[in-house]
Amino acid sequence: MSEKRLTIKKRLHIIKHRLRGNKMAPAFSAFHTFLFTPDETTHSGSHIRSADDLKRTMNMVIMALIPVLLFSFFNTGYQHFAAIDAASGTPRVVSLWENFLTWENFWLGFKLVMPLVIISYGVGLLVEFIFAVIKGHEVEEGYLVTGMLVPLIVPIDTPLWMLAVAVVFGVVIGKEVFGGTGMNILNPALTIRAFLFFAYPTWMSGDKVWVHGAVARTGTPDAISGETILGSLAQNNAYDYSTADMFFGFIPGSVGETSAFLILLGGLFLIFSKIASWRIMVSAVLGALAMGLIFNGVVDMGWIGEGSSFYSLMNFEFWKHLIVGGLAFGIVYMATDPVTGSQTNRGKWFYGFLIGFLSVMIRVFNPAYPEGVFLAILLMNVFAPTIDHYVVRGNVNRRLKRMKAATIYPKITDGKSEELKAETV
Amino acid sequence: MPTDVRIKKGLNINLVGVAEAITSKAVASNVYTINLSDFHGVTPKMLLKEGAEVKAGEPIFFNKAYPAMKFVSPVSGELVEIERGARRRILTLKILADKEQTTLEHTPVDVSKATDDEIRAFLLESGCWPFIMQRPYDVIAHPEDVPKAIFISAYITAPLAADINYTLKGKEKELQAAISGLAKLTPGKVHIGIGQGQDSPFSSLSGFESHRVSGPHPAGLVGTLINKIDPINKGERVWTLSPQDLVIIGEAFLTGKFNPERLVALVGSCVKKPRYYSVKIGAEISTFLYSSGVNLKDFRVINGNVLTGSRSRPDGSLGFYNNTVSVIPEGDDYEFFGWNKPVFDKISPTRSLTFSWLQPNKKYDLDTNTNGEHRAFVVTGLYEEVFPLDIYPLQLLKACMYKDLDEMEQLGLYEVIPEDFSLTEFVCISKQPHQDIIREGLDYLQKEIG
Repeated sequence: MSEKRLTIKKRLHIIKHRLRGNKMAPAFSAFHTFLFTPDETTHSGSHIRSADDLKRTMNMVIMALIPVLLFSFFNTGYQHFAAIDAASGTPRVVSLWENFLTWENFWLGFKLVMPLVIISYGVGLLVEFIFAVIKGHEVEEGYLVTGMLVPLIVPIDTPLWMLAVAVVFGVVIGKEVFGGTGMNILNPALTIRAFLFFAYPTWMSGDKVWVHGAVARTGTPDAISGETILGSLAQNNAYDYSTADMFFGFIPGSVGETSAFLILLGGLFLIFSKIASWRIMVSAVLGALAMGLIFNGVVDMGWIGEGSSFYSLMNFEFWKHLIVGGLAFGIVYMATDPVTGSQTNRGKWFYGFLIGFLSVMIRVFNPAYPEGVFLAILLMNVFAPTIDHYVVRGNVNRRLKRMKAATIYPKITDGKSEELKAETV
Repeated sequence: MPTDVRIKKGLNINLVGVAEAITSKAVASNVYTINLSDFHGVTPKMLLKEGAEVKAGEPIFFNKAYPAMKFVSPVSGELVEIERGARRRILTLKILADKEQTTLEHTPVDVSKATDDEIRAFLLESGCWPFIMQRPYDVIAHPEDVPKAIFISAYITAPLAADINYTLKGKEKELQAAISGLAKLTPGKVHIGIGQGQDSPFSSLSGFESHRVSGPHPAGLVGTLINKIDPINKGERVWTLSPQDLVIIGEAFLTGKFNPERLVALVGSCVKKPRYYSVKIGAEISTFLYSSGVNLKDFRVINGNVLTGSRSRPDGSLGFYNNTVSVIPEGDDYEFFGWNKPVFDKISPTRSLTFSWLQPNKKYDLDTNTNGEHRAFVVTGLYEEVFPLDIYPLQLLKACMYKDLDEMEQLGLYEVIPEDFSLTEFVCISKQPHQDIIREGLDYLQKEIG
């Protein structure tokens, strides 16, 4: 075994050197470095380096997303069958072992979610490879996470060609035109989501798209509902999901956004492993709670009546905003993107808080689509450099203030500097 | 009132191969080499021709920009080679040592009575001046400047660094003379950082302001001391010295002779018996490397510590400013799925399937592999955890990369030198060359603003 591995290692090493300077080198290098961390050594500066690299960092985020992905398989199936039961007059009560973790659910979900994952990765990485070969830089790891995020934040019945178009748009316009991973202004996954939302709104919003089959069955006797909790609230309709359903995620919604519980676990994992910023997560939760409380207060004060179209959403208990819709998912996996988020520790508090605050605000006031996380994060992506600017300005001002008390002594010059010239050889 | 400096942010890098407190005698080196790359920004003008006889302490070349600043020979012998590179730039000077050493003698200086001009002239003439470094820009101090203060860090936290409490033991007289003499060159104070609770040779001395320093690396860097006590402002000059160089300066004051001998720690996991050697500046590293023995074929010799030292070879020579020679394994090998498997034998600032956080006191055997490829800056907030200065490291690095002079100034480039960024470079996930970036930034700033 070990001998065989050694020959693979040597062979790849030889190919690497043969391809040096070749256009395809970055493409080969992407595969090579996937199998083996390279034999690169330090040249200057610190002679030793820590164990982490970008691949490991991105891999941690993907690991935090795996439970969410697995859950989405089951939930996709469950929501489909539950909606059929509900339409035929026998609403289901969720039971984890009896009607949720079943092969039937899993298989349906697997068949529907995996194509989204494959299209997302396939198209996205293809674009990345093309750009890497054209521009002659390495294939960077950013898309490993983006590619996983994208299928989890779209409605389950999103047509694959639509997703492919959106991924091309998102990777090219959202990232590559700025210079690739690390240079982008907007979160690429959310750029893709925003493109889908504005280009194909009928597929991205409404009361049908959130459960598999609801769109296809519209107008037939088998019609089922595909409404989310937030959608019902926006129509001032009742919903019949318990708080536990919402927390554990047995509710309709985008593919991977439903289980606040697993997202919480993922978030704790990312905080523990020091990959994602706890500052952003905590402050975003605080921001969402603050806005939720304000809306609850508005209702309590009697400033809006039950007739208002915002009544149900405003009256929704403030903390429940965190466990329905995409807010939790957005806070844990999207707001914490280090490239597009605020880069200073103090700035992260403002950045996160405003994301939570604006998410709930947009969610309540947006008549067309009762969800605001992706818009709030994209907006704050744009403002993150501004936040950082003012945070860094604080440091600069401290330095400028200090400069007024600078002690600068004049030079001593006594003309000694000439005397040696004659001896020069 | 002396301030104590307590550092919380940072990272101690514990490596295998700390020098034992034993001093061995090195084989006398035949050839001594002066490496011009030790003196950043100095254009040398030769005073001697190839083949000339030279005494120890006799000037060989001077600084073109300031002719009174002389660089002297560490030993007596014959100047056998002036190695030149592209455009006839002088790279190294080689001196074949005599068996019988003769030393150029100056009149000793009574530091208690001498004026600042006398001390300055003595340091320049005796070849001790280049030990005085200046911030900003990390270059040899300009003799006509008057520094705001002089800083010395006697608390050493760098990985595998020589323990100066051992190497400077019994040198109190020299240290005191050097401190008293240098103190006359500044109207400000001489600040010395001493490790909290350490038995330091500095604790019995006087004539300076002592600060008790504690915390993980980089608490022992002089840049950290300056930043916490009296940060540098635009236009100010601060001078810094290494403790081991004070001994040479002090001895010159007392005896009038330039004696470039110091205790050097030979350390690192590749060294069989890591210990101290008494060596002169410029001596060939192999003269003491092989008497300690190396246990690997493919190793790297580093002049200095593993974070800030310069790459050398066994037949390289001890650098002008170094009292540590580190020898660690080269890491030019691939690692199968190295990016996703759990890591137990490397240090990591995160907990991403890396487990160095479980054993903070374990000693690691790190090699020179980068553990990943060079990338654009992606992760944020990590540098701040190991960077105790009141500066935004990521923003400053980026300002240096896009060469915005205003931002470089405002974000505090005057206060730092490359070694302050050695730890951020170590933890960098994008494997960016932080110290090179800062060095280029400083050179650019100096060229444009001066």
